[in-house]
Order: sequence, then structure tokens, then C-alpha cells
Amino acid sequence: MTTHKLLIADDEPNILISLEFLMKREGYEVVLARDGQEALDAIERDKPDLVLLDVMMPVKTGFDVCHEVRNSETMRDTLILMLTAKGRDTDIAKGMALGANAYMTKPFSTKELVQKVQAMLGNQP
Amino acid sequence: MSGQQKTDRRLWWLLGMAGLVSVAWLGATIGLVGSTLDDESRATVWRLLGEQSVLLLLTWGAGMGAIAWALKRWFDHWVTPSVQLAEEAQVVLKTDVVRNLPLKGNVETQALAGLFNQLVAQREELRSEMDAKVNLAAEGIEQEKSRLAALMSELTQSVVVCNLDGRVLLYNNRARMQFRALSQAPGVAGGAELIGLGRSIYGVFDQRLVAHALDSIRQRLLRGAAQPSAQFVTTTPSGQLLRVQMAPVRAATTQASDADRELTGFVLMLDNITREFEAESAKDQVLLSLTEGSRAALANMQAAIDMLDFPDLEPAMRERFLGVVRDEIRSLSQRITALESGSADSVKSRWPLEDMLGSDLVNAAIKRIEVTARVPASAVDVDSSLWLKVESFSLLQALSYLTARLSEEFSVKFVQLRLGLAQGSAGKAQLDLIWSGQVMSTETVMSWEMDVIKVGAETTRITVRDVIERHGGAFWFERERTRHQAFFRFLLPLANPQEQAEATAALQPTDSRPEYYDFDLFKTTELTHALDDRLLSELTYTVFDTETTGLNPSQGDEIIQIGAARIVNNKLLKQECFEQLVDPRRSIPAATIPIHGISPDMVQGQPTIDQVLPAFHAFAQDTVLVAHNAAFDMRFLQLKEQQTGMVFDHPVLDTLLLSAVLHPSQDSHRLEALSERFNVPIVGRHTAMGDAMVTAEVFVKLIPLLAEKGILTLGQAREAAQKTYYARLKY
Repeated sequence: MTTHKLLIADDEPNILISLEFLMKREGYEVVLARDGQEALDAIERDKPDLVLLDVMMPVKTGFDVCHEVRNSETMRDTLILMLTAKGRDTDIAKGMALGANAYMTKPFSTKELVQKVQAMLGNQP
Repeated sequence: MSGQQKTDRRLWWLLGMAGLVSVAWLGATIGLVGSTLDDESRATVWRLLGEQSVLLLLTWGAGMGAIAWALKRWFDHWVTPSVQLAEEAQVVLKTDVVRNLPLKGNVETQALAGLFNQLVAQREELRSEMDAKVNLAAEGIEQEKSRLAALMSELTQSVVVCNLDGRVLLYNNRARMQFRALSQAPGVAGGAELIGLGRSIYGVFDQRLVAHALDSIRQRLLRGAAQPSAQFVTTTPSGQLLRVQMAPVRAATTQASDADRELTGFVLMLDNITREFEAESAKDQVLLSLTEGSRAALANMQAAIDMLDFPDLEPAMRERFLGVVRDEIRSLSQRITALESGSADSVKSRWPLEDMLGSDLVNAAIKRIEVTARVPASAVDVDSSLWLKVESFSLLQALSYLTARLSEEFSVKFVQLRLGLAQGSAGKAQLDLIWSGQVMSTETVMSWEMDVIKVGAETTRITVRDVIERHGGAFWFERERTRHQAFFRFLLPLANPQEQAEATAALQPTDSRPEYYDFDLFKTTELTHALDDRLLSELTYTVFDTETTGLNPSQGDEIIQIGAARIVNNKLLKQECFEQLVDPRRSIPAATIPIHGISPDMVQGQPTIDQVLPAFHAFAQDTVLVAHNAAFDMRFLQLKEQQTGMVFDHPVLDTLLLSAVLHPSQDSHRLEALSERFNVPIVGRHTAMGDAMVTAEVFVKLIPLLAEKGILTLGQAREAAQKTYYARLKY
């Protein structure tokens, strides 16, 4: 049984530090990206099983990343959980339309996040 | 009467006929008698007749005299009175003369004259009834007009009325101020180039936009809409955002049903929503920053705190998570502080604060305090130059309420109001309500501030604090121990500095500039020909004057001031004027300063001619230029053509030449002489505006005098002036 690999893409170090700690503690292998382009490169290179993707990032937004992933031959199957401070209905609709598998608005409970990630990956770390 | 009267010619004809008939009758009788006699008797009779011929002639003459007398009597009685009556009736019929025709002659003619008199009386009665009705209607219209004018001038919304061609027929003062703000060259023409009677509104709005709005109104009219109006928002060339509401003006016919009444024009109501829009955007920004920004920070803290719960956390890691929480709390606090100061302005703008002269507010407050709080009040140390931005009604209520409480609870007998610039708070004024007497506690002040305002029977739902918050101001209580006085102080926002009307110094009259002949005023362009057949009384004129550094435009002298006024429909529109100082970018010769009164420091920082001429060109568009000694001013404008790209090819009239046309034998056609001749008072001689005004008033008086000489059209005036021009050239 292989360990699931997670990519956490967020430009705020204050959230990265917590999420990295949390996910590692849950037994996942964790890769970090600090902007949209880094995230895309990491998805291409590291082939993570799931991406925790922030919407508001420099260079490329989470929406852009999501869009490109879904339109790419090699990356299209990557699971994407969007994490964002944009909480309006229209934003959620846009994220889902662009191909996110799930959507969580900030602030969120870390417990729910873990449950969500586990559910998406079929309960296997 | 009959002695001077000419005898009817028909009477002489009849008399002649009677003479002929009687002679013929006599001849025939004699012939008949003669034919019955033999030759001898006939000779005897001839002899006898010959001897008695004198007697015969006499009896015939007497007979004729009798006939003449009888005829004359007959004519006098039966014919002449009706002829006279006809003549006199003619006068009454064809002119405004009202008189009773004399009853003369035979009974029938007298009856006729009586009937005529009755008809005339009836006509006069009808006429006076009609006059009364017309006067009444005119009065009504005048009243309607003044009501409309009052209504429009009081409106805080800009209103412009246009005909279907987009020409401005009517506008209010607010609109003028609005257009001043819209002007791309605010320092130059102050919007005067954009609005004016007879101007096209399409200088401000895209014609298609207006046409589209008109179309939609027409469609709504066809559908039978009761109050069809259209709205659009547009940006102006100066980047301002305008909300425009359009309502139709329809033909005023009473017969046609509402739907059939034709569109004759439209009313535009304008709101400059640039600031509102900016405020809204700023508010959105605040909201966004509050929601999205805080969400992220909260997420970061939440996650970090969740991590802190894990028992297996190493001390170093724990410290890092605590660091995250502290960091986020700090950034949240900073954001909220920034929001607070940034949103203070937008909170303010929600209340309709209006510009008001501070001394007006103080006077209003004194009246209100005396009436509602029944306490004598007076003003002390009021800085009358301060303009406040206030919601005056609630502020007056607050002042009156505080005074009433002072009077009731502390037996204060009178109060004073003081107004000055706030010390230590930029952009604010301090308004003090001063009294002398008992000392009050801070708690009392606090409770007064928080209580609902009540004055006499009037109760409101607001507190003094609400009033202060509306103004984004402050309120406190202070004691002046040295004077044994105490006061409440209001800090209130100041309005933007008002443009101070530049006082024009009174000038010593000096000699006029020499007449200029070196420029051909009479060159013709398409534009000048197009208006040649128009009546002088119908044209729109821009009457202007320039002040210059000297008299030689081609040797480097420059314009330092332009003043212009407009004449529409034979009326000088004093409020539609153009007045601008110009930085000549050269020195102003000291010798000329006493003449025009413009010193170098006055033109410093003023726009240059490159900026001013386009605005003046726009102001003068579609009009005939008029100036006194126009060649001089035109020469200066001409020399700037290349530099500014502004070609002044308007038709030009020169009051100096027109005066010479009218009064060729007068010695002087200087502006002073003309103002004296036409009794036009001179105000501010040798300021561009002053001279332009005098020229304009003279010009208005010249038009009817020219018409008396048969000079009715622009073409005729130019032709006549041209002749004079060449006549004057010979000397």
C-alpha cells in the first residue's frame, strides 16, 4: 500500500505551516507550493493524488490552476479540493464549474478538512 | 361748413343738363309756334322776341337759378350727408379712431349714422374684452414663467431644457455649476464654453446617446405610457460620471389626445454621480477586505490553534503555531484600524451635507434659538469667510436644544455663538455655544449629548451625538476661567474653498488704443457667407475684448486677459460670460499696468494662451464675433492660429465701424464716446470684461438704428462697415 501524496498550494505561510503539519501527522506525503505556477509544476512533476488548492495566489489563481489541470492530458485525474476565502455562491459555482472535486471556504475546521481529504482518497492515507 | 365745402360734381352736371334741356325745350316751343305762323307774323314775332331777348334771358336765368337752388337744397339734404357719412365711416373702419359720427341730413342717413355708431361701440367693446383676455393670459404666462424659474433655480438638481436639435433653451444655476465641474479646462472658461442659451448639448453628450433615449421615449409614448422618461449614465470627456434623466416636452395642443402630442424637445436632469460611484466602490472595497481578508486570517488562526491541541506537539512547533496566531491577530487589528479611518469619509457622505456660509449658519442659529428656546442670542467673533459643509437643520435643532436645557436647568439668560477655524484639526471649523454662569459637570454634558433632542413641543429621534456623527465631527465642553465663561464646542467640516470673486481694481481712464487697419476684417469664408442673409436681430453674438501687454501683436505683445459676453435674441446675457487672465510668458511693461490693472503676480499660475484660446473658441462657436476696434483684437487671435491650431474664421462686426456708418459726422467713435452717446454706463473700463460689456450694450442699441437705415442683415452690415472702413483708410 502506497502512501498518498498531497500538494498544498497556498501563498500564506501561516496556513501552510499548519496544513503541512496536519497532513504529515495524518500520514500523507506532503509537497508545498507557494503560487499558482509552482503548484502546476509540482502537479506535473510529483503527480500528487490530491491538491489542496487556495484560490487567491500570485502568478496564477487557483481557478487558473484548476482549469489547466482539467485540460491537461497527464494531470486531468488529479483530485482537487479548493480552499478559499472567497465564500460567495458565485465563487463556489465557478470553482465547481472549473472542475474542483470539492470546495471548502475559510475559515474551516481542520477536523472536517481531514475527514474530507480521507473521504476523497477512499479512507486510505 | 357748407361755405368751404366743395360742391358735388354731379350737381353741376345736373344743372348743366337742366340748362340744356330748358334751352332745347324753349327752342322746340319757339319752333313749334313758328311753324304755325305765316312769314310776316313769324318776322314780327322774331322782332318782338329780339326786342325782348334780354327779358327772355333774364327769366331763363332766373328759372335756372331757381333750379340750381332747388338742386343744391336737394343735394344738401339727400346726397351730401351720405357721402360725408361714408367718408367718416371709412376713417373709423380703417383706423383705430373711435368717435361718434354726427347725425346729419335726412332721416334715413341719420338712422344709418346711428347704426354705424352702434357698430363702432360694439367693436370697441369686443376689442377691450379681447385685450383684457390677452392681458390676463400674458399675466398667467408670466406667472408660470416666474414660478418655473424659481423652481428651477431652487432645485439642487441640474436641469437643462433643449429643443429637438439639442439646442439649450433653458437651464438653471445648478446646471451651470455642474458644467463648470465638467469642463475640461476648469481654470479657463469655467464651463461657460459648454453651456449657454442656444448652445448644443451635444458638446457634452454623445448625440447618439441622446437620440437613443429620445427613441425609447417615443416608443413609450406610442405604448401610451403616462410618464415616459429615459435614463442613461454616461462619462464626459473630462472623465466625470453623469446620470441623466430625460423627460419629453410635448406640443401644447389641447385638442390632440395625449398620445398624439408631438415631441418638441426634452428636459435633462443631470446628476454627477462620480463621487457617489467612487464612494460606493470604496464601500465595496471595504466590505471585500472585511470578508475575504478576515476569512483567510481566521483560517490561518483556526488551523494553528487546532494544531496546538495535539498532545504530541514539540515545543518548537508549538511556538511556531503560537507565532502564527499572534501574527494573524496583529494583521487583523491593523486591517480594522485602516478600515476605520478610511471609512469615516464614506460614512459622512451618506448624509446630505450642504455647503453653507458659516455666518449664515450662525445667523440662522440665533433666530432659531430666540424663537424656539426663547433665549436671547448674539454672534461674537464670527469668521465670515468660512464655508461649512453641514446638515443645517439638525445642527440648528441641536444648538437650540442645548440652549433650552441651559436656560431650564442652569438659568442661563443669554448665549453667544462664535465661529472660527479649528485649532489643531485641519479641514474643520469650530462653532462654540458660549454662556456665562454656573459650572456644569462632565456627566451632565454626557447625558445631554446622549438624550433625544427636544425643543418645546418638537421632539426628534436623534441625539446631539447623532448630529455630530453625521458631520464626522466632535463635541465637547470647555471652561474659560479667565472670562468666567463656558462653551460647548462643535467641530464641523469645512467646505472646499470657494472661489473668491476677483475684485477688479477701479482703473483710471486713459486714452484708447489706436484704431487698427492692418487686418482685413472683411475676408469672406463659407461661415461668414452662410449667415449673410440672417437678420442682425436674430443672430447670436460673442462680444469680446482683450487686454494686452502692448499695442504691437507682431512685435511680441501678448494677450493677458480675455473677456466676452453673449448676445442672444437681442439680449445681453450677463451671466453667460467668459473671463480669463492669461499668462503671457513674458514681462508686462510697467507702463501698461496702470491702464489694465493687471500685474505680473496676477497672471502667474494662470493658463497660457494655448490653453485659453481653445476654450474661447468653443465659447464663440456658431456665433458672430463683435468687438470695438475689432481688427486689433482679431490680429492677436490671428497670430496665434498656427501655435494653437484655433482658426477664428467667424464673421466679425466692429462697433467702431458700425458707429461710423450711423454717425459719420461725429468726431469720435472711441468706446467712451459711444458709451456716452448711447447712455451706457461704464463699469470697469480697461478690464476685458468691462469693455466687452460696454461694447455689447452699445451693439444692442446699434442694431435698431442700423435697421432704420435699411441695414437689416449681417451681409448688409458688413458691406456698410466695409465702405466706412475704406473711407476711413483714406485719411
